[in-house]
Amino acid sequence: MLDILVSGLLLSGTYALVAMGLNLQYGVAKIMNLANGEVLVLGALASFWLFTTQNLSPLITVLILVPLSFIGNWLIYKFLMLPLVRRSKSKGALEVDSILSTFGMSFIIIGIMVSIEGGFFAYKYLSHPIEIIGSTTSVNRLMAFVLASIIALMLYVWLNVSRQGMAVRAVSVSNEAAGLVGINVVAVSGLAFAIGGMVTAIGGALISTFITLDASIGVVYTMKALIIVIMGGVGDIRGSVIAAVILGVVETAVATLVDPGLTLASAYFIFICVLLLRPQGLFGRPTS
Amino acid sequence: MKKGTHLELTIVLCVLAASIFWPLVVNGYWLGIGVDAMMYIALATSWVLFSGPTHYISLASAAFFGVGGFAVGLGMSDYDMSFWSMLIISAVAGTLLAALVGVATLRLSGVYFVIFTLGLAEMIRNLVSWVQNNFLGSRGLYVLTDFNDQHLFWMLLLTTATIYITGWLISRSRLGFALRIIGGDETVAKHVGINTAFAKIILFTTTGLFGAIVGAIIAPRWSYIEPNQVFSPQLSFFVVIMALLGGSGRLWGPIVGVVPFLLIWNWVDANFPSQSILVLGLAFLLIVYFLPRGVLGRLEDLYVKLKKRII
Amino acid sequence: MGTRLLSIQKVTKTFGGLTAVSDLDFQVNKNEMVGVIGPNGSGKTTVMNMISGAFKPTSGKISMGGKTLSTMPASKISQAGVGRTFQLVKLLGGLNVLENVTAGAVFGYRKRWGSDAEDFAMEMLELVGIEDMASAPIETLTYIDQKRVELARALVAEPKILLLDEWLAGLNPSELTVGIDLIHSLREQGITVLLVEHVMDAIRSLCDRCIVMSSGEKIAEGKPAEVLSDENVIAAYLGGSDA
Repeated sequence: MLDILVSGLLLSGTYALVAMGLNLQYGVAKIMNLANGEVLVLGALASFWLFTTQNLSPLITVLILVPLSFIGNWLIYKFLMLPLVRRSKSKGALEVDSILSTFGMSFIIIGIMVSIEGGFFAYKYLSHPIEIIGSTTSVNRLMAFVLASIIALMLYVWLNVSRQGMAVRAVSVSNEAAGLVGINVVAVSGLAFAIGGMVTAIGGALISTFITLDASIGVVYTMKALIIVIMGGVGDIRGSVIAAVILGVVETAVATLVDPGLTLASAYFIFICVLLLRPQGLFGRPTS
Repeated sequence: MKKGTHLELTIVLCVLAASIFWPLVVNGYWLGIGVDAMMYIALATSWVLFSGPTHYISLASAAFFGVGGFAVGLGMSDYDMSFWSMLIISAVAGTLLAALVGVATLRLSGVYFVIFTLGLAEMIRNLVSWVQNNFLGSRGLYVLTDFNDQHLFWMLLLTTATIYITGWLISRSRLGFALRIIGGDETVAKHVGINTAFAKIILFTTTGLFGAIVGAIIAPRWSYIEPNQVFSPQLSFFVVIMALLGGSGRLWGPIVGVVPFLLIWNWVDANFPSQSILVLGLAFLLIVYFLPRGVLGRLEDLYVKLKKRII
Repeated sequence: MGTRLLSIQKVTKTFGGLTAVSDLDFQVNKNEMVGVIGPNGSGKTTVMNMISGAFKPTSGKISMGGKTLSTMPASKISQAGVGRTFQLVKLLGGLNVLENVTAGAVFGYRKRWGSDAEDFAMEMLELVGIEDMASAPIETLTYIDQKRVELARALVAEPKILLLDEWLAGLNPSELTVGIDLIHSLREQGITVLLVEHVMDAIRSLCDRCIVMSSGEKIAEGKPAEVLSDENVIAAYLGGSDA
């Protein structure tokens, strides 16, 4: 029982980070990024490839990913997303366009990844056991949790303390109002999208240290990130964290007590409950 | 979903009637392509029926298709039911699944619906595999019938005609009008007295119904049913691309979109198999950025331009 | 004056920390034309939105003809006989003028269909003065014509009460005259109207009674002439006793 809680909690650290990434992209830049899972897997692939070919620690990969994934995602926003934002006549139209476009992107990313590594990426990094509060887990899980939490905390602080962070929060509340008070909504959206993609890729690198992934598994992570974001309330960081913990623990419980093949089904079960009972999520504004 | 005209109906039915002869003049490879095409035309038309007017992108086709195929496999293999009775049961199962998905997501904005349907097929596959492995024993599900490709082609053709006629009738009914209004402005729709959630849910059940029927009809082609095959998310993606390529503004858009796409896809898959996923992604991007209303949309624009020049 | 039709009882609406409407109480009687006025941000449109069901009150009750509207969804409220126009005109793209208006006739409590619905919609188009534009796509319409379409759409449902949310806003002087005359004619048809307006001339000439709101509260009620010369009302618009 304790094992499940600890394991689930550790897992949720990384989930929370990825969900924050998606929250920034959807809540601020208003892009429903269905390629989110693929960006995560890309981060994982980078970590795997650098570890197996250059013997580079995933921690270094994380550092490399910071500028690379930031720039990559920023470019995606500027050249692929911005044209859609400019031409969309309504919020609904932008959502549909961004869904289809990022969906297409996800295939392209999968295609590229498959040509680099068609099989599974798994490697042993810090997989020795460690005991914390009476439960045995592995160092890599603990490390991923600690790092994810640190990054998430840094993000949270930046959002709430810095001027830019405030601009980001303003845009997530209302594009129009933010524009009216002099915020460059496009620049802020691009920034949020890039940071969102960056933390997702980092999350992928972290997750790859203890979970085996492959090029096609991205959609499962997209789904989980989406469910967490919706459950927590779009645009709310605290919500994402709490929702991530709930999902992480429930998923681990189901995987341990019932069957590891049912993690997606358990996430869906939570999803249906949220949709039927409280669609705005824990901290979201009520939907009309 | 524009209101269907009698002219459209006549033309489409004639085209479909003409294709009755397809299995009689070709066989083997081209008949196989014909079956694939007819399957996708049926699924894509059913998709446009719902997504055209509501603009809600459904990625659920694979889930309904899988339910149909799996139900037939299970019923015929484990319970000795006939194909026809399982066909009916699949249709019911598909409708119920659609109703469930509809109630959960269609009262909310389109994003929730897309997300839910994105992972739906995958999730059902996991669930079904688990149930199959733990409770049904891992025996294979065999579907043994006397149907050959010719029969399947005609069954799918009949299904497509039914889907088209249903869509045509709906477009001219109160429900169709309600959906056009919802597509125009949902707030206005509510304020003129439309129960918008109910309208969308009812319409979506047709997608479930027809998707399952198509899945059930194709099942005999495989002879051996496995969850991984019948619940393949890729099917959903194909349906969406083909529907959007033709253009979701018209119910007969898929008839234009399916065949070229299939031919191109088969060519790509045969010559560049490991790049096929990439091609799929590029196709989506092509549609979103250059053909937002499909080929038909572009043709319509051209037609309007030409008309202006002439007049 | 007449029998009570719409009743707003102690209605309050809060959005998070902001109180948009506070403890509002008033009623509208049959065949009356009642105006709701007040400075921007006083909560007038929020009141309209609560009556038509776009939001639910945080507390209080709205009822009409024995039915409690405040617990019903917008579609049911519409079927109960509440019609409205919107501050930002909402027309249905892709449909022409006649179809836009017919939309109002098909799903209301009368539920017309086919040629019955279209014929009645044409009558409404004549009433508002745009019958020759029946087949025009709505994208080609001028602003006042768009407003007329919206009005026709509301009228075609034969509402028991019509809510006009700043229907006269944005019209130039000649359009305004036409608009005010049109609303006058509704009155002659015996339609009960609740209107939110800023155009004082319209209020004076059209309304039997006015309700003045400021910062979410009702600060005055009575005939337009009385209300518009009330000190509190003037202070609310102009901002204080040192004005």
